[in-house]
Amino acid sequence: MANALVNVPPRARRGEIIEIKTLISHPMETGYRRSQLGATIPRDIIRLFVCTYNGTEVFRAELHPAIAANPFIVFSTVATESGTLAFQWTGENGFSATESAEITVD
Amino acid sequence: MDRDTSRRAFLQAAAAGLGIAAIRVVPVHATPAAMDVAIRKVVGSSNVSKGRVTLELPPLSENGNTVPLTVSVESPMTQAEHVRAIHIFTELNPQPDVVSFRFGPRAGRARVSTRIRLANTQTVTAIGELSDGSFWSTSAAVVVTLAACLEDA
Amino acid sequence: MSARTAWLLTTPALLLLATTAPAGEIPTAERRSGYELMGRETRAMQDDDTANPGMLGVLEGEAAWARKTGAAGRACADCHGDARASMKGVAARYPAFDAALKRPVDLEQRINVCRTDRQQAPALAYESRELLALTAFVARQSRGVPIDIAVDARTQPFLDAGRATFYRRQGQLNLACNQCHDENWGKRLAGNPIPQAHPTGYPVYRLEWQSLGSLQRRLRGCLTGIRAEPYEYGAPELVDLELFLMWRARGMLIETPGVRP
Repeated sequence: MANALVNVPPRARRGEIIEIKTLISHPMETGYRRSQLGATIPRDIIRLFVCTYNGTEVFRAELHPAIAANPFIVFSTVATESGTLAFQWTGENGFSATESAEITVD
Repeated sequence: MDRDTSRRAFLQAAAAGLGIAAIRVVPVHATPAAMDVAIRKVVGSSNVSKGRVTLELPPLSENGNTVPLTVSVESPMTQAEHVRAIHIFTELNPQPDVVSFRFGPRAGRARVSTRIRLANTQTVTAIGELSDGSFWSTSAAVVVTLAACLEDA
Repeated sequence: MSARTAWLLTTPALLLLATTAPAGEIPTAERRSGYELMGRETRAMQDDDTANPGMLGVLEGEAAWARKTGAAGRACADCHGDARASMKGVAARYPAFDAALKRPVDLEQRINVCRTDRQQAPALAYESRELLALTAFVARQSRGVPIDIAVDARTQPFLDAGRATFYRRQGQLNLACNQCHDENWGKRLAGNPIPQAHPTGYPVYRLEWQSLGSLQRRLRGCLTGIRAEPYEYGAPELVDLELFLMWRARGMLIETPGVRP
């Protein structure tokens, strides 16, 4: 049950470049840590983050263990039309999370 | 990871003190050479020129678990001329790849912020990949300090 | 060398400093939150609610607040309504005296009392994700509120016990809290500045933990750091120390969720 915090301006002018902030709850276990008994804690990370704008992909990030826990990604996109910005995170062990935000573009 | 380093250093020092050849221990960290291999995988046989990429990292990080990073490449971000991707690498983390960001003209701006992990004081390298097939790079050094009182857990 | 080795080497030097430095409390006007000793980037992480990783816990807590639970099938909201109004100022006066238990309890314990008595649900484990989330959500409603601990005949003995712990040498390193946090704050220990140890941002997102954590977790970590046996979660010694630390920080503003290195 992943928890995500997404910040998209609710309104923008057509053609304006908007900044989107995303934060998702995930330990990003590197696979290099050891437990108290010396056993390696297996890797468990988010591998991919994709943002689509009314269905068209506008940004993607391929993550490795060196991305800090609770991945935070800030990126921009051009406000082309009103609609939905959809965010998808997928990772190991079947991890999948989605979030979306509406934007009105005048 | 720090226990391994201090134990290895101790063993080597102890061995040296006894006049025995230092014990060779296989490093747990990647090396700058491994980073070069990882970069080659991305750029292929193309040249990588210095410049056009701006990498913002704090010169001193209070905790290597979470180091804020902002990377940008100047570009008009039009269909004809835009940034295709930005790749981040480290030279001393256990593995060299950190993240790859992929853009198109719809990004408006090739500028991304995130938070990365740095295992040691080291240099971070960013490679910008442009739509004309060229590659550009820049690097930044970060000093990484540790928390004073480490929990056992 | 490891941070632990560095710590062992610097501590004798610190002790030397401690014996020559003036002893005693930090004057009220010189009290500083750990926030002010952090780097610019870490402060920026705390300041921006859309970027503060602790806010993920606050959001989870907000959902938990509204969720019906336990045999009584009650949500926190059913009794307390909108937390923005009902919980404002609460975290700023905890630990507070609990008449039934006849001793002060901290916010985590207070939440569990509500869970077991009013919701008839099992108590949440210390440092569990849900307890941290609820505590962070409740404490977040006091952000900007000055800490105000009630000192009266009932709480005085516990405050005194907490103060005694703060000034008592403990552990293999034989250090008392005040030696670092009253007398050597601002100086560096293994690369990082020593804070004054005011619990203004708890539960705090500590970069070292890569998660939210409670004041009790931080105190246990400090005790481990001076090679003392840490008190168990919920131990009266820890709650008394929390009470003293909050009283020592009286008037300072709650920052929850704080971000610290």
